[in-house]
Amino acid sequence: MTEALEVVLRIVLVLGAFLVLPLLVGQTEHKAMAHMQSRLGPMYAGGFHGWAQLVADGVKFAQKEDVVPAAADRTVFKLAPAVALIPYLVVLVAIPVGPDWVGHDLDAGLFFVLAVMGIGVLGSLMAGWASANKFSLLGGLRSAAQLMAYELPFILAAASVAMAAGTLSLPAIVEAWEPWWLVWQLPGAVVFFVAGLAELQRPPFDMPVADSEIIFGAYTEYTGLRFALFLLAEYAGIVVLSALTTVLFLGGWRGPFVDELPALGVVWTLVKTMALAFVVIWLRVAYPRLREDQLQRLAWQGLVPLALGQLALTGVVAVVVA
Amino acid sequence: MKIPGAGLAKGLAVTMRTMTRRSVTGQYPDVKPELPPRSRGVIALLEENCTVCMLCARECPDWCIYIDSHKETIPAPPGGRERQRNVLDRFDIDFSLCMYCGICIEACPFDALFWSPEFEYAELDIRDLTHGKERLGEWMATVPPPPAHDDSGIRPKELESAAAALAKTAAGAGPERPSRHGREAEAAAPAPAEPVEPAPAEPVTPEVAAPEAPPTGRRSLGGVVWAPEEDER
Repeated sequence: MTEALEVVLRIVLVLGAFLVLPLLVGQTEHKAMAHMQSRLGPMYAGGFHGWAQLVADGVKFAQKEDVVPAAADRTVFKLAPAVALIPYLVVLVAIPVGPDWVGHDLDAGLFFVLAVMGIGVLGSLMAGWASANKFSLLGGLRSAAQLMAYELPFILAAASVAMAAGTLSLPAIVEAWEPWWLVWQLPGAVVFFVAGLAELQRPPFDMPVADSEIIFGAYTEYTGLRFALFLLAEYAGIVVLSALTTVLFLGGWRGPFVDELPALGVVWTLVKTMALAFVVIWLRVAYPRLREDQLQRLAWQGLVPLALGQLALTGVVAVVVA
Repeated sequence: MKIPGAGLAKGLAVTMRTMTRRSVTGQYPDVKPELPPRSRGVIALLEENCTVCMLCARECPDWCIYIDSHKETIPAPPGGRERQRNVLDRFDIDFSLCMYCGICIEACPFDALFWSPEFEYAELDIRDLTHGKERLGEWMATVPPPPAHDDSGIRPKELESAAAALAKTAAGAGPERPSRHGREAEAAAPAPAEPVEPAPAEPVTPEVAAPEAPPTGRRSLGGVVWAPEEDER
């Protein structure tokens, strides 16, 4: 009985985090981006500095008509938002936030997380194909090309940490983490974060959704709640990427005073995750969109060699230390 | 030597610096904008000063000022004669035609038209943009006082003449001109505020009987009353 209760509690907590954190990131994006552009951002919804803007947006999306184009592949079209969103929810289950705070401790957690995150991109591929719209198709194909290019450095960088820690379990990686890894794994961390950004199709890697040239790419034909789900998937993706980078490269819940007060670890994880989410927003405001060929060149000529070099370095240092 | 990635860091620094500064957005309906002096919002009418000389209507490039009037006879004071003056019936400005050139305000010899910074008078129908003298008069309250004169500039001649008149009164000579109607006490006004005879120098169109004094006999602007320059003559 208590076991079942615990499972329910864990699921509720993970679901709560899944619903709250992306909205928090979205609101931060609204306000931080506005102030970076010398604007104020939302100021009305909710009364105090527009804190309820995303709630209002959600209500608006829910009221809109759910249009499916006549030529669209209806089943795939309707399924795509769920395929884009649910993987991030599943990934969140495996990410540890504190010493004993993890939805479910998997032995091959890193493998599981990377595999499931790869599914998320399938959502925009399905949307691009099923919409029966040339802009959507272009966006979908660009998504595919981007996924192909950036999945490799993403996984190589993650593999480097797994080699250093000697385990695939995410909590065990955090346990094995030492502060000097910050320097040792720095190239890997950069590659992982940048490749993750590209997989999320966040600016400056938003060529597949480039609204000014292919009208939001794969999401062109989506309206109402389904479109909102795609947006939610983007913000959930930011949360998951930031949390994963925190766990793999920034020592997760490790930090000052955690030994005396284990609950503080949760705060540390959240602080690091939110700081990284802010960096995601910051990069979006600061940099212009990369062209398609620049995207590919950055992946194959920049990130892949860097990740391979990191892998070699990790191997050498791990052998020397051992 | 160029450090690789310096440009990327610079881009991040610019956005971060902007974020720490106050944003420039004005929260308009909640916070009224601070308009510069002499803002051209709307044209206000000080009805008392208008003599129906029609100069504004004639100078208006858009012909967007409509004026109607009739004559009114003032009963003769003891020993005097009857006088006539114009009474304004209608003074409309069609703000759907007005191009805010301000020529009417420049042309008005009696300071009856003023720029007001008020700008919130949008209407749903273009025909509702023709505003009558009541509405134009309401805007008089929003006309700011004229900006102070520049210290290093030439002193306005109104001030010179007022000072001269004051000096004359102080010398005990009293007003040079005898009060023909005997209405005004000699000691009261340092400068006669009412032009008692037609001033020949004033720009008057022949067919309009303009040189009559305005009803109040004074030119006022936002509570400020100053004397005309006639006391030189």
